[in-house]
Amino acid sequence: MAITANEVEHVASLAKLKFTDEELQKFTGQMDAIIDMVEQLQEVDTTGVPVTSTVTDATNVMREDVAVKGTDRDLLMENVPEHQDGLIKVPAIIDESEEA
Amino acid sequence: MDYFKTDLKGVHEALVKKDLSVEELTQETFATIKDRDQKIDAFLALNEEKAVKKAQAIDARGVNQDNVLDGIPVGIKDNIVTKGLTTTAASKMLYNFNPIYNATVMDKLDEAGMITVGKLNMDEFAMGSSTETSTFKKTKNAWDQTKVPGGSSGGSAAAVASGQVLAALGSDTGGSIRQPAAFNGIVGVKPTYGRVSRFGLIAFASSMDQIGPLTRNVYDNALMLNAISGHDSRDFTSSAKEVPDFTQGIDQGVKGMRIAVPKEYFSEGVDADIQAAVKDAIKTFEKLGATVDEVSLPYSKYGVPVYYIIASSEASSNLQRFDGIRYGFRADDVKNLEDVYVKSRSEGFGDEVKRRIMLGTFSLSAGTYDAFFKKAAQVRTLICRDFENVFANYDLIIGPTTPTTAYGLGERIDDPVTMYMNDILTIPVNLAGLPGMSLPAGFSHKMPIGLQLIAPRFREDTMYKAGFAFEQATDFHKAFPVIGGQN
Repeated sequence: MAITANEVEHVASLAKLKFTDEELQKFTGQMDAIIDMVEQLQEVDTTGVPVTSTVTDATNVMREDVAVKGTDRDLLMENVPEHQDGLIKVPAIIDESEEA
Repeated sequence: MDYFKTDLKGVHEALVKKDLSVEELTQETFATIKDRDQKIDAFLALNEEKAVKKAQAIDARGVNQDNVLDGIPVGIKDNIVTKGLTTTAASKMLYNFNPIYNATVMDKLDEAGMITVGKLNMDEFAMGSSTETSTFKKTKNAWDQTKVPGGSSGGSAAAVASGQVLAALGSDTGGSIRQPAAFNGIVGVKPTYGRVSRFGLIAFASSMDQIGPLTRNVYDNALMLNAISGHDSRDFTSSAKEVPDFTQGIDQGVKGMRIAVPKEYFSEGVDADIQAAVKDAIKTFEKLGATVDEVSLPYSKYGVPVYYIIASSEASSNLQRFDGIRYGFRADDVKNLEDVYVKSRSEGFGDEVKRRIMLGTFSLSAGTYDAFFKKAAQVRTLICRDFENVFANYDLIIGPTTPTTAYGLGERIDDPVTMYMNDILTIPVNLAGLPGMSLPAGFSHKMPIGLQLIAPRFREDTMYKAGFAFEQATDFHKAFPVIGGQN
């Protein structure tokens, strides 16, 4: 299975990443080699084999439903790039460069 | 205090006898770091002011003579969050991240009286095997500064191996404690999945990540694991199983121990010198009274592809949180919200992190999910069963930690597949959630060789006993590097 630059670009858009043309070229080649490597799994017969998604013995860990004090809001804002009146500031969702 | 010539107990005794104060020990440690780390580049940040204050406080109340770790300096991998001390995961994405809370392991080390001297370099978000994907600096191998320290806990391993600290914490998702421990000739342990709380460990692959200690000998390692283990209500995957004292009975020896050696761990990709060192180790264990048989782990050869699909898939999900909104790097010159996400992520993440996010997103996307993610999760089951079959009849598995010794800086960084294959001997342990140790077992062209011990789930005690017995019977752990000809 060979992966094309178009497919790599599509996956990038799903992952909210953007590549320059030069990067796209490099990533397509490397992704292709990695996918080649992982494709050897296709030779393994896994008929009827269940998946392993965790290696703990624990199932549904429950806790008492008691109220606990949350983290102080000012403290939570410590690492926020831009905030005002206890709210996080972000740019407009609508592109400001386009005519409304 | 020369860390090459002592151990945790030795330093503790000196503190109790007041040969030196905790403050003097701390000051000396910083002096050594400032000198030696010019050559090694293991530390990303030092915590000098707070460390000295804490040392003075311990001196004021007196060192607890029943607690070996009290007042002893420790280094911390930079993906473990430390309250009030910048934690970057070696990524531009978190260059300015100042945690408002401690990881559970940090609370435990604080409680044990350990003094955090600084944060240690690593591969960005723990993705890499050489510490070269760090955004900030290239750490050097303690034995040869033209070679990589291994990774991703390369800073932790190099700091311990170069005598800057006696103990450090790292994290291991596919070998990230054991491989750098092997490359630097020290002891590194990845505990059983669930033994140590992951709360406050910046998530890479949540079904495999585990924090563990790196030290210069086996006993010190057991002391450190004692301090960080245990159930934590903030990590639902942490185990409620009682934590034994891992130093208890550590000197009981290996008489009657049933040891298995997987034939797959001696494939042609493993250097001849490393194969020879492991075969010597087998003879040592036999001489000490263990029985050793060859076994097979037939599915272990699929470990690398299974791991890269599963770990990358989990990473692509875990790393969605880095969007430039609430913390970390936010790109400038953005026109709308979508721009904040895409530009912050594209400028904030390095190439290896992007490759993993891309492979993970690809493996989980419609049309490829069954052939990639589901298939890998099924083969993971077969790898787990391989180990179950062996552990039905054996107490311990031994083999090499790595196929080669440390390679040159820059040698493999542009070849992801070769870099990934380097983890072939450590990855299956993470996939199955088992405990694993690497300890010094020889040298090849003056570079350290690591012996890997693998035990059944929650049987770290077996691993420590075997490691301790091997160490008593050999001299490899006594060797230390000369750094820049000046120590």
